[in-house]
Amino acid sequence: MTDPAAAPADSADPAWRPTLDGSIVLRYDRVRGADLLLMPERAVRLSGTGGRILRLCDGSRTVDGIIAELAETFPDAPLDAEVPVFLDRVRARGWLR
Amino acid sequence: MTTTDVPPPWGLLAEVTHACPLHCPYCSNPLELVRPSAELSAAEWTRVFGEAAELGIVQAHVSGGEPLLRADLAEIVAAAHRAGVYTQLVTSGVGLTAGRLAELLAAGLNSVQLSLQDARRPGSDLIAGRVSYAEKEEAAGVIRDAGAPFGLNVVLHRRNLDNLREIIEVGARWGADRIELANTQFYGWALRNRAALLPTRDQLDAAKAVVAAWRAERDAPELVWVLPDYYEGVPKPCMGGWGARTITVGPDGTALPCPAAYAIPDLDAPNVRERPLGWIWTESPAFNAYRGTEWMSEPCRSCPRREVDFGGCRCQAHALTGDAARTDPACALSPDHDLVRAATEAPRADEFVYRRPGRSVSG
Ligand code: SF4
Ligand code: SF4
Repeated sequence: MTDPAAAPADSADPAWRPTLDGSIVLRYDRVRGADLLLMPERAVRLSGTGGRILRLCDGSRTVDGIIAELAETFPDAPLDAEVPVFLDRVRARGWLR
Repeated sequence: MTTTDVPPPWGLLAEVTHACPLHCPYCSNPLELVRPSAELSAAEWTRVFGEAAELGIVQAHVSGGEPLLRADLAEIVAAAHRAGVYTQLVTSGVGLTAGRLAELLAAGLNSVQLSLQDARRPGSDLIAGRVSYAEKEEAAGVIRDAGAPFGLNVVLHRRNLDNLREIIEVGARWGADRIELANTQFYGWALRNRAALLPTRDQLDAAKAVVAAWRAERDAPELVWVLPDYYEGVPKPCMGGWGARTITVGPDGTALPCPAAYAIPDLDAPNVRERPLGWIWTESPAFNAYRGTEWMSEPCRSCPRREVDFGGCRCQAHALTGDAARTDPACALSPDHDLVRAATEAPRADEFVYRRPGRSVSG
């Protein structure tokens, strides 16, 4: 159970260091050629970008840090707009803390 | 469908033993239980998990019977983990001590699904056929203390549906993240006990309202409502289609598209001791028997829903009509639908036939 006082609400919080929920495993599936989120009773196939973003969510980086790291590989992508939206969406499903 | 374009499976149901301290009258194990002496060894399970991962399987339910009865369970879990497979232990809770769970988590276990039979001790113990409620409550504490992802599974039927709100509250109090409310599916032991287990429509309607009210009030635990098909007039898409998503491997290595498929006698089920899992999945006659839509007869053959529900459950069609290729009688369009309707109108029974091993196994 997450304690709302301890957990930042969303990507607007500069201190948030997103990390995958403890029930979730992120792994690359060679057979399907895609990143997967594995959790009880469910497997979610990620887009290439989704997988790349979530791999950086290991609790060590802030949202800005994640964007900065992605920008090294994708200098022209609209990361500032899209990454926070994506992270909020994943968090709303309970997969990110 | 040709064998080359069979999409890879996602899940493996590993029934590592049929032995179980409980005797639930709706047990999903076959009427003919496999004896412990015929069980696959941990080394054989290691090979099965390796082949499963190669094939595309990413998740496994390590189930039974009661998997904790296997002393080498951690070895089996470790093999699954090494192969990259996400594992969930499916347990009655009997025997789940803190030490045992710590050993399994260290081996790479990812989550635990605990079964509960009813909200209170007398009802739960009556269904389980054994005093076990207190052990389940302790097991829930062990899971919670370990911080492991925790699902509670409750099979619903005539004798516990009226307690649904209380069942959900117990699950919340015990710390479950998710509660699977699994309306009884009538195969095997449950079919034997159908007159004692089949609820009334009023019970189901009230239960649906309880689920809706809980969801409106609270986000957690998450409730998963598994549809009862006898009253819906719409069949459930068996396992996402025959041979479409998962493989069941029984204690003796028998491989099937579904745990209920043991009961289809002419299926000629392959065995992992004799064949690689890849052959079993793509080429075995059993896994191809009802794949796709080619095998269908009317009314399914020309029905617009044939790619949605695949004609319903083959095991149910076989159990009720003797022919696994017929339309699932749960479907209102099935010429055999009156079999299902008659069951819902028939007088109910109060006595259970408890799950027991056959005479070949003592104890
Ligand atoms: S349904 Fe009951 S008897 Fe069957 S395996 Fe599960 S706990 Fe054991
Ligand atoms: S007729 Fe067959 S395909 Fe159509 S809804 Fe019924 S079971 Fe499904």
